[in-house]
Amino acid sequence: MRALTWHGKHDVRMDTVPDPEIVNPRDAIVRVTSTAICGSDLHLYDHYIPTLKSGDILGHEFMGEVVAVGRRNRKLRIGQKVVVPFVIACGQCFFCRRQQFSACDNSNPAETAYMSELLYGYAMTGAFGYSHLTGGYAGGQAEYVRVPYADVGPIVVPPDVEDEKVLFLSDILPTGWMAAENCEIQPDDTVAVWGCGPVGLFAVASAFAQGAAQVIAIDHYPHRLDLAKQCGAQVINFDEVNVREALLEMTGGIGPDACIDAVGLESHGYSADNVLDKAKAALSLVTDRIHGLRQVILACRKGGRISMPGVYGGVADKFPIGALMEKGLSVKTGQTHVQRYSAKLLDMVLNDELDTTFLISHRLPLEEAPQGYRMFKEQQNEVTKVVLKPGATLQ
Amino acid sequence: MADQITRTAHDDAPLSAARRADAAAAGLDARSDDALLGHTVCIGRPRAELYAFWRDFSHLPAFMENVQSVEIQTPTRSHWVIAAPAGRSVEWDAEITEDVPDERIAWTSLEGADVRNSGAVEFRDSPTGRGTFVTVTIAYDPPAGEVGRLLAKLFHREPKIQARQDLRRFKQLMETGEIPTAQPPQAAPRA
Repeated sequence: MRALTWHGKHDVRMDTVPDPEIVNPRDAIVRVTSTAICGSDLHLYDHYIPTLKSGDILGHEFMGEVVAVGRRNRKLRIGQKVVVPFVIACGQCFFCRRQQFSACDNSNPAETAYMSELLYGYAMTGAFGYSHLTGGYAGGQAEYVRVPYADVGPIVVPPDVEDEKVLFLSDILPTGWMAAENCEIQPDDTVAVWGCGPVGLFAVASAFAQGAAQVIAIDHYPHRLDLAKQCGAQVINFDEVNVREALLEMTGGIGPDACIDAVGLESHGYSADNVLDKAKAALSLVTDRIHGLRQVILACRKGGRISMPGVYGGVADKFPIGALMEKGLSVKTGQTHVQRYSAKLLDMVLNDELDTTFLISHRLPLEEAPQGYRMFKEQQNEVTKVVLKPGATLQ
Repeated sequence: MADQITRTAHDDAPLSAARRADAAAAGLDARSDDALLGHTVCIGRPRAELYAFWRDFSHLPAFMENVQSVEIQTPTRSHWVIAAPAGRSVEWDAEITEDVPDERIAWTSLEGADVRNSGAVEFRDSPTGRGTFVTVTIAYDPPAGEVGRLLAKLFHREPKIQARQDLRRFKQLMETGEIPTAQPPQAAPRA
């Protein structure tokens, strides 16, 4: 089959690789009909996430048709249309039973689980196409994918629903939704969202759906800010204004009640702290640039809530721990417990309560995936979301 | 007694977590200077089910990465073959020295073992009602010479990490009915 494979920093290619097979009894094989490039794939593209190996298939947002089912999988049938959550969860461990699917204790193979035990103290869950820290599973930017524990994750969707309407149930829609949920929104709240990429945009929409009185979105790409505005947000361009002062003015000096960091570890900005981070990252002294997160902590009101859907991987310098403690902030974060939200969000999407397609800017054949990565990386204003179609003809 | 076996002298941590453990205190057929390792996992299955699966030693190669086979010779005696690089193997006969149904199995290697070792697996109800605590404690005499070199090659990593990984596979198998893998090419194709 054909698949998008990682070979090094800014080096992804289309390769012909072996087809996956059913290996374990609960597996399924999905023929991919639509897949997307995630902002977090850029962290792999830029090689900020360790433990990638040359030849790894990337991609964790995908959907398609079930073409094979393991003998103990009693949920799926051949021919069903499914969206596959990026988190692989067994459904039976201590964590899955508590709906903490992205903390699944079993889905990361023992051969790779020890790496995150060393790095984070505990083994992380398995995930598709996201380095060997999360199990080294082959990803979804391919013609076929082997889906482990496929009687737990895959979301069966109606056969006639358009792919693009439901594709983002795999990651960014529940990620935006959980980001808002982690804000514990009260009816008179102002929620500020840093980063108007797909997760930030879905977080804006989710914050309104969960009752926020006001949402303020922060970015520096005019097109992305326009999309946030379409979702009902007020916007701040950090190239043009001092963000913290603007937020104080817009909240009468109280500050935002809840702040969402939808930026993550490759934060941009012009302050001295960020230049320092960049130099250190270039020298491999730190892995994560946290300019955005520092601003989030300083901007949040006293006693406020911080939600961090943005991905971090390692350690960071100059973390404003004093502001965090003295202001009495609470922080919620983590990879998304996708399976917790699947049914509810599918209903909302099918009932047109959430628009999921507005952020798609580009549709490409899978064969052009390397070009898609380049565009997504280099033209962030115009390129908001790239959907890839296996089998589509070259344009 | 389980309590004497798994606890350090002055606190509630298991002996295997001690910075300097006296293997002879582990209640195994071990000497003071044997290497000691141990690990506990909580498994969300009943104690009796876990004991029964483990008690049939022929099941052990399913989740112990380096154990090629365990041949059951008598109800208490078994022959272990550990696959080593270059077609070599490390072997020993083991005798079960203690067998308390649903609670504890202890074993020791017999005269002539390539690696003298002893071990125990204990099954306890989680004190907070979260399933079963499974504790494996193993003492062994780190071999010198040719066998030592083979073993060092085999384990790449510390034996302690190997034991943790094996116990993780046991938990995966017991809780989910299968052992996750992303081994290429079938389970995870790659270029």
